[in-house]
Amino acid sequence: MTDDAIPGPDMSPPDIDDRAIAAHVPRLRRYATALVGNRSDADDLVQDCVEKALSNRHALRDPSKLGGWLMTILHNLHISGQRGRRRRGAEVPVEDLADDLALSAPPADRGAVRDFVRAFAQLTDEHRTILLLTGMEGLSYREVAEVLELPIGTVMSRLARAREKLRVLLDGGSQQVVRRIK
Amino acid sequence: MSADRNPVTEAELHAWLDGELPEERLAAVERHLADHPEVAQRFDRYRAQRTLLGQSFGPLIDRPVPDALTPPFTLRERAEPVRGPWGSGWGRGALWGMALAASLLVFVAGGASGWLLRDRVGWRADPLTAAFIADAVAAHRVFSVEVRHPVEVGIDQEAHLVNWLSKRLGKSMRCPTVTRGGYQLIGGRLLADSAGPVALYMYEDAAGRRITLYIRPAPNTSGSAFRFAADGGVHALYWQDNGLALAVTGELDRDTLSGIAEEVYGALNS
Repeated sequence: MTDDAIPGPDMSPPDIDDRAIAAHVPRLRRYATALVGNRSDADDLVQDCVEKALSNRHALRDPSKLGGWLMTILHNLHISGQRGRRRRGAEVPVEDLADDLALSAPPADRGAVRDFVRAFAQLTDEHRTILLLTGMEGLSYREVAEVLELPIGTVMSRLARAREKLRVLLDGGSQQVVRRIK
Repeated sequence: MSADRNPVTEAELHAWLDGELPEERLAAVERHLADHPEVAQRFDRYRAQRTLLGQSFGPLIDRPVPDALTPPFTLRERAEPVRGPWGSGWGRGALWGMALAASLLVFVAGGASGWLLRDRVGWRADPLTAAFIADAVAAHRVFSVEVRHPVEVGIDQEAHLVNWLSKRLGKSMRCPTVTRGGYQLIGGRLLADSAGPVALYMYEDAAGRRITLYIRPAPNTSGSAFRFAADGGVHALYWQDNGLALAVTGELDRDTLSGIAEEVYGALNS
């Protein structure tokens, strides 16, 4: 790609700039890939997210919340995209991602990583989301509640169920009845 | 005892695992875990899950970011994304967005007329089968990782390469140059598949990433639109044109690949 670009539409004084958003792109891609189970759909999702963020950039009042705001946009795009996908019934298998990630892991961990990625893919979107936001992105319950626009109690009960589902998938055995919280 | 009046809940156990438990409940939770080894064991597994989550997906953060996700981002005129047959219409980067859009229009129009024509010829004539793509992807996988002999004839013998492959395919071909994304033709080779001879051109960028162009003669066929296929990390755009079935294959995102396919199409038709 060259730099003699056709000047884009007015890019002037945004509340947040391209670079601020770009700084979040690697994290958004990681999150999206783990969520959708393959890299090309994840990149499509992140692109849509970035575009939506740019076109709504004036809506973000507090630039320090950019990370969470991008996550919320990506989450909402994913949910609406899922509805369409379910109608079409198209699913890309997660095997390729599982192999890809296994190769990125130290040889001794490869089997565990492959099994984990496969098991993780069997969870519902809701459960994958909550596990990623807490366990991977390191968000607090309150931050997760903000990103998902849910009450904090729902976040906590969903997290408990997601962990137990994943435990059963990974370890086998029967599911512990997790008492409803609230 | 206060612990009895105020039993430890599942939520508190998770909060403990996540470092969100209020300090005044810490002793109660730890006592509860000590008294219920099966619960403690279950939470050990949850902790192991979190470690595995990081081990499995953590390395994704270091994957190179495609051009389309690198600033400056372009924003199209209207805010709402317009999705067309070309995948996520957005994000081809600041530069060739508009020029490409214009060329796409022309190309898609050409492709559409090709489809009409093809329909008259009949489906039998369609060389763009799953087998074709599987062959193209297999050839890419086999040869793109080849260190010492990625090509049979290098680009230093460009005229010979193009003449040779044109002759064997029975179809005169121009040199399918590509510059987009920093890729350069490094050479090519002759392959065979069940239908006969196949030409494989290989391109490489400065980082040593490779894409391949797989060309099989497909007599009595007319043009088609580009189609996209994904097989693992390997993506392919394939089409038919001018008596040839072609596939551009690489570990690239769809947008970059369609730009390259576009360029190959242009080079072969110039």
